[in-house]
Amino acid sequence: MPRPALHLAVEIDGDGAHPAAWRRAAHSPGELLTPRRLAGVAAVAENAGFTLVTLDDSILPPGPVNGPASDPVGRIGAVERAAFVAASTSVLGVAPVVATTYAEPFHVSSQLASLDHVSAGRAGWVVGVEEDPAAARAWGRPVVEGADALAREARDGLRVVRDLWDSWEDDAVIRSVATSRYLDRSRLHAIDFTGETYSVKGPSIVPRPPQGRPVVLARPGLVPAGLADVALVGGATPAEAGEAAAAAGAPLAFAEIEVALDTPGETARERIADLERYAPWEGGPDRLRYTGSAAGLVDLLTELGGHVDGVRLRPLVLDEDLAVLSRLVLPELFVRRIAARPLPGTTLRTSLGLPRPLSRFTTDAAAALVEEETR
Amino acid sequence: MTRADANDVPRPDAQLHFGVFFQGVNHWTIWSDPSSGSQIDPATFLRVARTAERGLFDAFFLGDGLRLRESEGGIHELDVAGRPDSIVQLSALAAATERIGLVSTSNTTFNEPGDLARRLAGLDLLSGGRAGWNVVTTHNAWTGENFRRGGFLDHADRYRRAEEFLSLARAVWNGWAEGAVAGSADARSWSVPGAVGRVRSRTDLFDVDLAPTLPRSAQGHPVIFQAGDSGEGRDFAARNADVIFSAHGTDFDDALAFAEDIRRRLRAAGRPEDALRILPGTEIIIGATEKEAEEKARWVRLGQVTPQVALGIASRLWGFDLSGRDADGPLPAEDPVVAAYDGKFGTRQLGETLDTVAEWRAKADANGWSLRETVIELGPQRGHVGTPAGLAEKFARFVRHGAIDGFNVSPYLVPDGLDDIVELLVPELQERGVYRTAYTGTTLREHLGLAPVA
Ligand SMILES: Cc1cc2nc3c(=O)[nH]c(=O)nc-3n(C[C@H](O)[C@H](O)[C@H](O)COP(=O)(O)O)c2cc1C
Repeated sequence: MPRPALHLAVEIDGDGAHPAAWRRAAHSPGELLTPRRLAGVAAVAENAGFTLVTLDDSILPPGPVNGPASDPVGRIGAVERAAFVAASTSVLGVAPVVATTYAEPFHVSSQLASLDHVSAGRAGWVVGVEEDPAAARAWGRPVVEGADALAREARDGLRVVRDLWDSWEDDAVIRSVATSRYLDRSRLHAIDFTGETYSVKGPSIVPRPPQGRPVVLARPGLVPAGLADVALVGGATPAEAGEAAAAAGAPLAFAEIEVALDTPGETARERIADLERYAPWEGGPDRLRYTGSAAGLVDLLTELGGHVDGVRLRPLVLDEDLAVLSRLVLPELFVRRIAARPLPGTTLRTSLGLPRPLSRFTTDAAAALVEEETR
Repeated sequence: MTRADANDVPRPDAQLHFGVFFQGVNHWTIWSDPSSGSQIDPATFLRVARTAERGLFDAFFLGDGLRLRESEGGIHELDVAGRPDSIVQLSALAAATERIGLVSTSNTTFNEPGDLARRLAGLDLLSGGRAGWNVVTTHNAWTGENFRRGGFLDHADRYRRAEEFLSLARAVWNGWAEGAVAGSADARSWSVPGAVGRVRSRTDLFDVDLAPTLPRSAQGHPVIFQAGDSGEGRDFAARNADVIFSAHGTDFDDALAFAEDIRRRLRAAGRPEDALRILPGTEIIIGATEKEAEEKARWVRLGQVTPQVALGIASRLWGFDLSGRDADGPLPAEDPVVAAYDGKFGTRQLGETLDTVAEWRAKADANGWSLRETVIELGPQRGHVGTPAGLAEKFARFVRHGAIDGFNVSPYLVPDGLDDIVELLVPELQERGVYRTAYTGTTLREHLGLAPVA
C-alpha cells in the first residue's frame, strides 16, 4: 500500500521561529535550558505525529550577547539535545544542525553515527555552515572566508563523515569464537580522504550506524546534490517550492515554511503583532510563510503535497503553535491521508521511503549476497 | 573487622565509592560468552547504567580512543572494538537515568576548548548536574591522522595544552553570573545585561574569543577526572582534578603508596588532602566460597586471554609477530627486539624490556607454564577475587586506611557483569557501614562528597 507523500518535520530550537518567541512561551525564560522543557517539546512533537524534529545550532549564541536586541543567548548543543530527545521518544526522527566549517569531521561522524545508534536508526543531520567570522574565533581556528571556501568545508566535511559511516561494513563485527576474532579487518576500511585543506585516515571508531547512513538534509547549493538525501528548499509559493525541489536533484525535497496559527484566544496576526513590538520577524530568504487558521494551513499543505515530498515547519512560538498543529492540523492531514504518522519500530529512512545504503566499501560478492537475501 | 576497631584506622568513617567503567575497546570483556551482549546496542548501555544506579554507584564512565588499534600490519581483530561517542551516549543516558553520574573521557589534544566545554556543559544541564569529564592527553601523530591538525603536538606540550584547555573550559562554565536569565517574559531582555561574560585567551597554544551559551548546572560544572600516571600527569591531577582514575588498586601497599604520593602533590599544590578522590580501575570476581571465586577467576582469565590474545600480548613484549606460534607451548626461544615506540597503542607501557622477558622465562621454567599460562599469571593484573564478605572486609580496610576512595569497576561481562556486585557485595559493604544505603544528593559532586565549586 503506498504511503502518503507529504513528510512532516518541525524545527524545535529555542522557543520558536520569532526572536522574541520566549515572551510568549509557557515557561519562565531560564526554563528554556532544562531537560524537562526539552523533553516536553519532544513529547508534544512525537504525540502530534511528526516524522522528524530538527534542532538548530551554532557555537555562537543564538542572539547577540549584551547587544541591543533582546533575544535568548543560551543554547545547549544540538547534538546533545538530539541524543537526549532520542532517548526520551520512541518513533520521532531527530536531526541536529551540525556545521563542519570548523568542527573535526571525524568527531562529527562519530557523533551522528552514535546518535543513530542511541535512537535505533532515527538520526538525521541538517548540514550547517558557520558563516560568521566570530565562530572562527570561538573555535580558535583561522577564518574560513567566502562562499567558495565555506562550501568546500561543508562538502569535504560531508564526504569524510559519509565515508567514515561506511568504513565499517555492516557485518564487520564477526565475534568468531573459533578464531578468537571479534572483528574481520577485511570489512573495515581506511577512507584515506585527502582534500584541499586536510586529510583523514579512518576507519571510524563507531560501528556502522543502524541506517547505514543517517539521513542528510541540506539546502541546495551548499553541498553537491548527490550527497544529500533531502533538499531543504525555499520558494515564495508552492509552485516555486516545487521548482526549487525539481532543481535540487536530491532524492527528496522539503519546503521550508514559517507558520503562525490562530489560537483559541488570539488570531495569528495579533500574536505576530504582539511580538513585533520587540523585534521584526525577518525569517529566511524567500521562504513560504503562512499566517492564519489551522484549516487554511491544511489546505496549503495539501496543495504543497503536489509539489514537494515534505515540509519543515518553523512555528512562530513552539508552545502555542505546536499545540494547534497537534490538535487541528496534523490530525486533519492524517484523516485526509495527505501525511502519515511514523510507524513504531521503523527507521527514519524507512519513514521517508529512502533505501538503506550499502557501504560504498562493500565488495561485489557481499553486495550480491545481500541482494540474494532480500530477494 | 567491624566498627569495633574503627579507632585503629586513620579514616574510620570513610565511604567507598563505585563507578562502572564501560570499557569499550579492550580484551578484558569476554565477548565470546553466550551471555555477552552487543557492545553498541543502546539497550546494553542502559542495562549497565541502571544496574549501577540500583547499586547506588557514583558514576557511569566511558573511555575514549580516537583511532582503531592496529597490530601486525592491520586493524587489531581480537578485542572488543567500536564504541559510541561518549557525550552522545551519555546525553541519551541522561534521559533514561535519575541519579548516576555520567563521565566522559575526552582528550584535550584533538578537541577545542570552546566546543568541548559547551558539549560537557550541555550534558551537565541535561542530566541535572551529573556530568564528569575524564581529562586525557593522547598525543600521538598516529591518532592525529584522523584530524585536520594531524599530529601537531609535541609530547612535552600535551599537559601544558591540557592545563590551558581546562582553564579555558572552566572560564566557559563560569561565564554566566548567577541569575543571568530574566525571571519573566516582560523583562527588557532575555538575559540580564552584563551577566554573560566573554572568554578570551591568546597564547602560543590558543587564540580564542567566545561568548559562553550556558548557565552553571546544579553542581556548578562537570566534575574533573584525570587518568595518566606519569609524574606530570599526577601533578596535573593534584592541581586540577576532583577524581583520579588510577591503575593502583589491586595491591594494598601499591595503592597506599600511590595515594600518599598524590596527597604529597596535593599539599604542594596548596590543596587540602581530601580535595581529591582516588578511584582505581579494577575487576571484581565474586564467588560464594573462596574456592568458587578462584575457579571463576580461572574461567574469566581463560576467556580473556585466549591463545591468540596471549600471542598478541607476547608479540608486543617481544617486539615481533608471534601469531601462528603455539600458545600452549613454551615461551619463544628468541630474544626480544625492543622496538622503537611507534605510538600505535596509545597507553602502551614502555618499560617492557629484556628484564621482563628474563623474569617471564625464569618463572615459566620454574612452574612449567606454557606461554598462555605465563601471560595469565604474569601479564597485567586485573583486580580482586573473593567472597562478598571477604571482599567487603578487604575494601573496608583499603578505604579506611586511605589507600583508595573506591573503585571504577570494569565488568568482565556486559551487560550482566555488575549484577553480582550490586546484589551480593553492596549489601555486605552496607552492613559494614562503608557504603551508602541511599543517594543523599542529586549531583555527581554530591555523590563524591566533594566541596561545592566556588
Ligand atoms: C587508568 C587509566 C585510564 C586511561 N584511559 C584512557 C582513555 O580512555 N583514553 C585515552 O585516550 N587515554 C587514557 N589513558 C591515558 C592517559 O590519558 C595518558 O595519555 C597516558 O596515561 C599517558 O600519560 P602519562 O604519561 O601521564 O601516564 C588512561 C590512563 C590510565 C592510567
